[in-house]
Amino acid sequence: MKIHEYQARELFVKFGIPTPEAILVRNPDEASRAFERLQRDHGCKLAVVKAQVHAGGRGKGGGVKLVRSADDARHAAAEILAKPLVTPQTGPEGVHVSRLLVAAGVNIAHEYYLALTIDRNRRGIVLIASAQGGMDIEEVAASNPDAIVRELINPSIGLRPFQARKVAYRLGFKGQQVRAAGKVIHQLCDLFIQTDASLVEINPLVVTTPTEEHPDGRVLAIDAKITFDENAMFRHPDLQELADPAEEEPLETRANQYGLSYIKLDGNIGCLVNGAGLAMATMDIIKLHGGEPANFLDVGGSASEEAVTEAFRIILADANVKAVLVNIFGGIAKCDTIARAIIHAAKEVGFKVPLVVRLEGTNVEPARKLLEDAQSSIPSLQPARDLTDAARKVTESIGVAPVAHT
Amino acid sequence: MSILVDRNTRVICQGITGAAGAFHTKACLEYGTQMVGGVVPNKGGMTDPNGLPIFNTCDEAVQATAATATMIFVPPAFASDAILEAADAGIELIVCITEGIPVLDMVRVRRVLDAHYRGVRLIGPNCPGIITPGQCKIGIMPGYIHKSAEQSETRRAVGIISRSGTLTYEAVWQTANLGIGQTTCIGIGGDPVRGMNFIDCLALYNTDPETDGVLLIGEIGGSDEEQAATFIQKHVNKPVVAFIAGRTAPPGRRMGHAGAIISGGEGGAEAKIQKLEEAGCVIAQSPADLGTTMARALKLA
Repeated sequence: MKIHEYQARELFVKFGIPTPEAILVRNPDEASRAFERLQRDHGCKLAVVKAQVHAGGRGKGGGVKLVRSADDARHAAAEILAKPLVTPQTGPEGVHVSRLLVAAGVNIAHEYYLALTIDRNRRGIVLIASAQGGMDIEEVAASNPDAIVRELINPSIGLRPFQARKVAYRLGFKGQQVRAAGKVIHQLCDLFIQTDASLVEINPLVVTTPTEEHPDGRVLAIDAKITFDENAMFRHPDLQELADPAEEEPLETRANQYGLSYIKLDGNIGCLVNGAGLAMATMDIIKLHGGEPANFLDVGGSASEEAVTEAFRIILADANVKAVLVNIFGGIAKCDTIARAIIHAAKEVGFKVPLVVRLEGTNVEPARKLLEDAQSSIPSLQPARDLTDAARKVTESIGVAPVAHT
Repeated sequence: MSILVDRNTRVICQGITGAAGAFHTKACLEYGTQMVGGVVPNKGGMTDPNGLPIFNTCDEAVQATAATATMIFVPPAFASDAILEAADAGIELIVCITEGIPVLDMVRVRRVLDAHYRGVRLIGPNCPGIITPGQCKIGIMPGYIHKSAEQSETRRAVGIISRSGTLTYEAVWQTANLGIGQTTCIGIGGDPVRGMNFIDCLALYNTDPETDGVLLIGEIGGSDEEQAATFIQKHVNKPVVAFIAGRTAPPGRRMGHAGAIISGGEGGAEAKIQKLEEAGCVIAQSPADLGTTMARALKLA
């Protein structure tokens, strides 16, 4: 579960991680007033206006603007709010921006990268850091892997002080910065464990230029990114409230409410499958036969008639869908139950596009009989003999030339 | 022969009174599994509808029944505790069906098991379980589709290991239809941090004289298949057929399973397929070809 930067920043503040002053705004007037306030209360000479969207790469898409006056802030806000924000992670249609963060600008002496995530192979939390902040960490990993510091953390005992020191020294922190950076690393790790995060990232973490008050500069988190483990949200009702439905694909939200796992894709062949692995494999076989899957959809092991009907509605709500492939391997869920659901749903939803159905497993014979009997009332229904036959039928139904199958 | 479970395996169910626990305990009993009891706190002394004794703790259950394996249906919030309780009670094989356990809970469990219970084997979580056809089924798979070598035309049998449930059934179905049986099928589960991995299962299949080959079903996310490839190249002397689901999955999206996600440039299907191919595995290109590719690898077709 992703949250916005301003929400992540609030959690940073709660866990004691130093961040620049910032104010959340919703329109150009508020942005202008926010600048005035930062100027008045914190002596701020410049600020950054940042679009609050989940997608990364905001800077590249024009969603982050440096401003030097209240007027500047107003214009920058108006510009960002005026149209959908397109970043390398959003797709060409972009995302709607409704909130902005106006954050006090700081004089940066050096930028670092700091993140925590789960290391599947080593079964721990891994801290990933680099002294090349502000850059995409994957680029750093590719171009200069030695510049990346990794430290494995055992969640049962948390980060040990020596680990924080080790990382801080390896990143080249000096003087008072070592203690300050070590503290940030510690607090970030506490945050990760206590909130059941799956990713926390600060890019960049900065050291500010020295001042009389801070001769070694200050260590500040300029950006804040947090993703939580959805499986752990049952023990964090407060964090669950941070979810932003506006950031979710509406069809995916609807599917979730019915216990369906649905992901919208760009193709035109809808699929309805039981089981996540089989659902992925079904997408793959469509592609193998020259088609493009319109979605991933796992109806689960014991899909009810109601859920299957809703699944069909969701698939057909995607205007790109030109044909639908149903692929069920009946185990505990019996094929005849599913066949009944298909017939019921097909009648209720009213299929105008070709519907190819492949059923196998428990009670498949009565299920096939049911579909045969229903065929006259659902003219678009085509039973398939097996998986290959199903893939072939569904791709041919929308005029894809048969692909030589190797 | 088989690996890990056979007709002598004595099994308890943790969470035997829940809807899923009760349903599948009955199904396992009907399949012929030696179900010997269940564990539900505060229900000790009762019996389940099949007449199986219920105990308050795993410790009591093991003392009374000599169980060596457990099937866990405890809800996600309590499942990691249930795994450790079973390990503490001396159970050797823990099969955790539960889906939705927080990943940090599993990280902690794995670290405790690795440090203090080296002899304990954990299958799952978020998995269909394990089955040795005709002998022992611990899990939620439809038992009747599985065939032993004796029940199969070719008298040959393979091991099947998979991160997915229904895709495993598909593999079982396809091999059985071609007259190929299964020695033992293991669903290792769809979570990012789990118990047994491909490598652990491959090592067992490799030394099992009755396993003629292995069908490995992986999917996007993580690098377990790449590690399996390295292991296969070095150690496995039997034919291995591999299929990787998710060639068409977009990066950054979780495809149903918590562990099925391509992230930070890692976990894509093509890299896995390439590594497995280099390791000498025969790749099934289509999910419809799992059985036929296995038959070819066994030189049956």
